[in-house]
Amino acid sequence: MFAIGLSHYLTVAAILFTLGVAGIFLNRKNVIIIMMSVELMLLAVNLNLVAFSSFLGDLVGQVFAMFVLTVAAAEAAIGLAIVVVFFRNRGTIAVEEISQLKG
Amino acid sequence: MIAALIFYMFAAFTVGAGVMVISARNPVHSVLFLILAFFNAAGLFLLLGAEFLAMVLVVVYVGAVAVLFLFVVMMLDINLSELREGFLTYLPTGGVIALVLLVELAVTFGGWAFAPDVEALVQAPVQAAASGVTNTEALGALIYTKYVFLFQASGLILLVAMIGTILLTLRTRPGSRKQKIAAQVARTAKNSVELVKVPTGGGI
Repeated sequence: MFAIGLSHYLTVAAILFTLGVAGIFLNRKNVIIIMMSVELMLLAVNLNLVAFSSFLGDLVGQVFAMFVLTVAAAEAAIGLAIVVVFFRNRGTIAVEEISQLKG
Repeated sequence: MIAALIFYMFAAFTVGAGVMVISARNPVHSVLFLILAFFNAAGLFLLLGAEFLAMVLVVVYVGAVAVLFLFVVMMLDINLSELREGFLTYLPTGGVIALVLLVELAVTFGGWAFAPDVEALVQAPVQAAASGVTNTEALGALIYTKYVFLFQASGLILLVAMIGTILLTLRTRPGSRKQKIAAQVARTAKNSVELVKVPTGGGI
């Protein structure tokens, strides 16, 4: 119980990832919360990478976690820009409305 | 003992904040809980010895990404009462899928173990803290030598993301008045000042 091993960190990361997936399913009215769920999933992946890096004694995991962080930041910026443009044109960000791809 | 308690505290706060992110009624609260989750995940990173990544998580995620989310949430005029519609409708489906995923992850991680020859496969061994090399220093030495091309590529990704974001959201409004610097610089006394001889008592 009091000896924190790799499995503890993996459990936290798995729960976080599952929460992200659940968030995508539950919030069908708000794209922004779906994007936040994606951020949670990326955070879980980063936690996995860093945990393995730490318990394996290999620094490469942290390098890859940093690249994941970079891509996550770029993804958030572009996604939010698309949301802003969509809201400007249609006045809504509900996922059901976005699913109709006609001008 | 203390380290374990701190781990459980950070883990509990991270998971709890994650639950609140997807279930909060107000999107602004969701963003704030996301920030809490990031802070506690940074704490977990610190416990793992990844100090640089913990600080990057706080600076990049909390300082940039979460604030960007907050910005957009507040900028868009969203009807709060409509947002929660369908939450209960999708709860069974989402719950079942999340449960299946969690069980699968548990099965995978439960039966998982390091390979026997894993020590030979380590690419960049972490130096002991006694050697005086900090995590940041070691990470920098690795990124700028072995992974320099990946590093440059991630810089390119950020550049493309920046250009794309500006391109998407930039709009020129017709009818807005702007300073025309070229026209101002091109003005000379010859074409803007007129000398008029005014006859006495005549006016112009």
